[in-house]
Amino acid sequence: MEFGFTTAAYVVAAVLFILSLGGLSGQESAKRAVWYGIVGMALAVVATLIGPGSGLWLLSILLIIGGGLIGYYVATKVQMTEMPQLVAAMHSLVGLAAVFVGLIAHIELGRVLAMDDAEKKALEGFAALLAKKDGVEIGILRVELFLGIFIGAVTFTGSVIAYGKLAGKVSSAATKLPGGHVLNAGAAVISVIGLIWYCNTGGFLPLAIMTLAALFIGYHLIMGIGGADMPVVVSMLNSYSGWAAAAIGFSLGNDLLIVVGALVGSSGAILSYIMCKAMNRSFISVILGGFGGTTGPAMEVEGEQIAIDAEGVSTALEEADSIVIIPGYGMAVAQAQQNVAELTRRLRAKGKEVRFAIHPVAGRLPGHMNVLLAEAKVPYDIVLEMDEINDDFPETDVAIVIGSNDIVNPAAQEDPNSPIAGMPVLECWKAKQVFVSKRGQGTGYSGIENPLFYKENTRMFYGDAKASLDTLLTMIQ
Amino acid sequence: MKIGTPKEIFEGEARVAMTPDSAKQLQKLGYECAIEKGAGEAAGFSDALYEAAGVEVIKTPAALWKEVDIIAKVRQPNDTELKRLTKEKTLISFFNPAGNEEGMELAKSKGANVIAMEMVPRISRAQKMDALSSMANIAGYRAVIEAGNNFGRFFTGQITAAGKVPPAKVLVVGAGVAGLAAIGTSTSLGAITYAFDVRPEVAEQVESMGAEFVYLDFEEEQQDGAATGGYAAVSSPEFREAQLAKFRELAPEVDIVITTALIPNRPAPKLWLEDMIAAMKPGSVIVDLAAERGGNAEGTVADEKVVTENGVTIIGYTDFPSRMAAQSSSLYATNIRHMMTDLTPEKDGQIKHDMEDDVIRGATVTFEGDITFPPPPPKIQAIAAQPKVEVKELTPEEKRAEEVAAFKAQTKQQVTLLAVGGALILGAGLFAPASFMQHFIVFVLAVFVGFQVIWGVAHSLHTPLMAVTNAISSIIILGALMQIGSGSFLVILLAALSVFMAGINIFGGFLVTRRMLAMFQKS
Repeated sequence: MEFGFTTAAYVVAAVLFILSLGGLSGQESAKRAVWYGIVGMALAVVATLIGPGSGLWLLSILLIIGGGLIGYYVATKVQMTEMPQLVAAMHSLVGLAAVFVGLIAHIELGRVLAMDDAEKKALEGFAALLAKKDGVEIGILRVELFLGIFIGAVTFTGSVIAYGKLAGKVSSAATKLPGGHVLNAGAAVISVIGLIWYCNTGGFLPLAIMTLAALFIGYHLIMGIGGADMPVVVSMLNSYSGWAAAAIGFSLGNDLLIVVGALVGSSGAILSYIMCKAMNRSFISVILGGFGGTTGPAMEVEGEQIAIDAEGVSTALEEADSIVIIPGYGMAVAQAQQNVAELTRRLRAKGKEVRFAIHPVAGRLPGHMNVLLAEAKVPYDIVLEMDEINDDFPETDVAIVIGSNDIVNPAAQEDPNSPIAGMPVLECWKAKQVFVSKRGQGTGYSGIENPLFYKENTRMFYGDAKASLDTLLTMIQ
Repeated sequence: MKIGTPKEIFEGEARVAMTPDSAKQLQKLGYECAIEKGAGEAAGFSDALYEAAGVEVIKTPAALWKEVDIIAKVRQPNDTELKRLTKEKTLISFFNPAGNEEGMELAKSKGANVIAMEMVPRISRAQKMDALSSMANIAGYRAVIEAGNNFGRFFTGQITAAGKVPPAKVLVVGAGVAGLAAIGTSTSLGAITYAFDVRPEVAEQVESMGAEFVYLDFEEEQQDGAATGGYAAVSSPEFREAQLAKFRELAPEVDIVITTALIPNRPAPKLWLEDMIAAMKPGSVIVDLAAERGGNAEGTVADEKVVTENGVTIIGYTDFPSRMAAQSSSLYATNIRHMMTDLTPEKDGQIKHDMEDDVIRGATVTFEGDITFPPPPPKIQAIAAQPKVEVKELTPEEKRAEEVAAFKAQTKQQVTLLAVGGALILGAGLFAPASFMQHFIVFVLAVFVGFQVIWGVAHSLHTPLMAVTNAISSIIILGALMQIGSGSFLVILLAALSVFMAGINIFGGFLVTRRMLAMFQKS
């Protein structure tokens, strides 16, 4: 096939990808948007396979089918609560693939440069592309592939650690090796030295050293970020994998790679930014890990936590007219979304107004709660964002907090010394009555006391969220 | 230390500040207890009962006041009693500090510490020692009973073989503690109960007790009662007119009126005027719980029952709690006991008069030779919510100016960004070869498109967005596909691995996204 045809296919694919991302602005159009993405991807792959410069297409197709089968298996088997881990794990694949592609580019470059003109003429495929480059272009190419490998390696180890943290295989606490950010900075300096060295010599050694340094940065950076910030981390890694693809696109001279890489990269970056804003944290402080220092002692919490049993909750629910449910990570952990949905159905059948309040950073992935509630078939038009529902709490009879903590912490507004001061929170304590379903008296992810639990209109409904709701459901028919 | 209770001197006062039960609890705190002979008699607690509870019975008041360190009593002490105080002694009693200047001076000159039970702040922590509330509760209940006693008919409606009896209609004015207690009693007796209060926010409490809240057609922002410690504030003349008009409308209908309207430190507002009394049916009853401060009804005589010309009975008793001395003594004694618990944090029988504690500070009127009344506002505002900070209404000009300023700032920011970005790109263009710039343009445009598109993505779809971008990022497969056919075995191996991994990602990513999106459904 002609080069022109491939380019045309790429243009179409790029348009489809943009539509695919843009279509996510609404639930209904999103369903169509995924198909745009799928068609775009298929078009891009086919065009590349039949286009100039590719070979071994049979092997390629077999490999794609093989990978596809595994992908299909994993995607159909995974539970919705494990979605964050899955996304993180898949990022690591993209990162590793970027590293490999970068390495190949390096190997091929070395091979082509060693040839004389006659041999170069005989080349085909990727090598032929390289052979046409002059001195300056080769310099730029080296920078590009160096960057691609660097970002890819950081993405790879970072995603593996993020996967481990989300799956509970690695401690979710923020841990750093002695030396902290100095180690990261050191590794970054080594990488920069490696870049200069590599540009001058083109040898494999600086590349290898840099790769190791980048792998270390990815590992150490994510290890130092606490579990509560994982949503930001996942979208940040998503952004990295995009930039890696873009860098590789430059070195291969492939415009579609550049376009899509840039799309993914910028979308991930914006998503991280939106989430940091929702938590009132600066992006830098999330990346550097841990909460910033406080300026004084935290406010003393007065009063005591008063427990309530299922019977008390069910009576209050029977009497209430408007109910707001605030789910958090605890609901996901206890797999209680089906029970929550059932409770919602029964209460709605009684003519009560039931709504959900979702904090932007509830859960461990942006929009985590929405996905879980959707899985349990909670209609999405009663699931509201923080800004939409915060003003309605004073008119709410009962607010039920299921497994969330920091996002309903009034200290964010009341205590200027609190580590989360200024973070927007769901003002559920303004409801007439608040029930908190919680396993024990422990603190939330950020490890700070929550005065909500001590408020006069708050009752603690202790126990595993799923078990608690099970007993509750037997009482509400 | 020893805690003692004398017999109440005030005539007709039957209550006593210590009961055998509360004495037992006080002993657990490490105190010895003493009581004047016959102090509990009127409330139904004989000396023998006290002795059985381990309380020492002392014959004369003089001896009791001398012997004990803490005196707990009910009524405001008179001069004779106050003169018996000495330094180191603590008196716990109703004291009426606002209207009892001389009493405070006397106690101060004696150097004694005085805790006035009516000054206990109205915060949740102090509810257990809020004697005003416990007494008001009794007064409210008793008011209905007294009304029934003077009312010639049933409360509940009945249809009997001997004829039909309409239910009594009761109006309770003022839904404080006493008012709510009266509403509860009246509804449980079967009467149709209406209630009115100047604080519209209590309507819900009224309705929860089974009464009907009487709303006024009046458009004025009522002050939130919570800001005045849960008490009603003085209302405006217009509001008062609307209120009286409503009462005038109700007067011919109701059989029993119970008024409980009091504003702290003021004479009781006159709410039930003569023309309303005249409009009432003969046999109707008015119970005026505000009689001590002059009464809410015109014609109320404190401590007396009067019958008007048209046969309406007005009851102005001021001793309702005392009329139920056994009940009120046990509640009051419990309030005192709770106060002692707070005063004895170590449970060692020694008073620790902690003036840092909001409740104790608030209730203390004289302390170590100083008058400490009135207390500073409590540190914790338990009931009173912070008043909302008013958002200043901007004039159109100001708004316009603000918009212009914001627009300018935005323009400035964007222009700076564009200038810096443009300069950087131009700089790159000076050095980089044309082939690079060609791709670079594509890159910059794509980043730009990405930024524009993502802002519109719905928040709830962020997880699908992540999954779909993840799937799309496996576009890296193109790189591997381009390379797989060229070069050595190592190249083929690496490229093949890349293709394989990207393959997993493409299928996995899109499938997961589809699964997620399929779940979103409308109700």
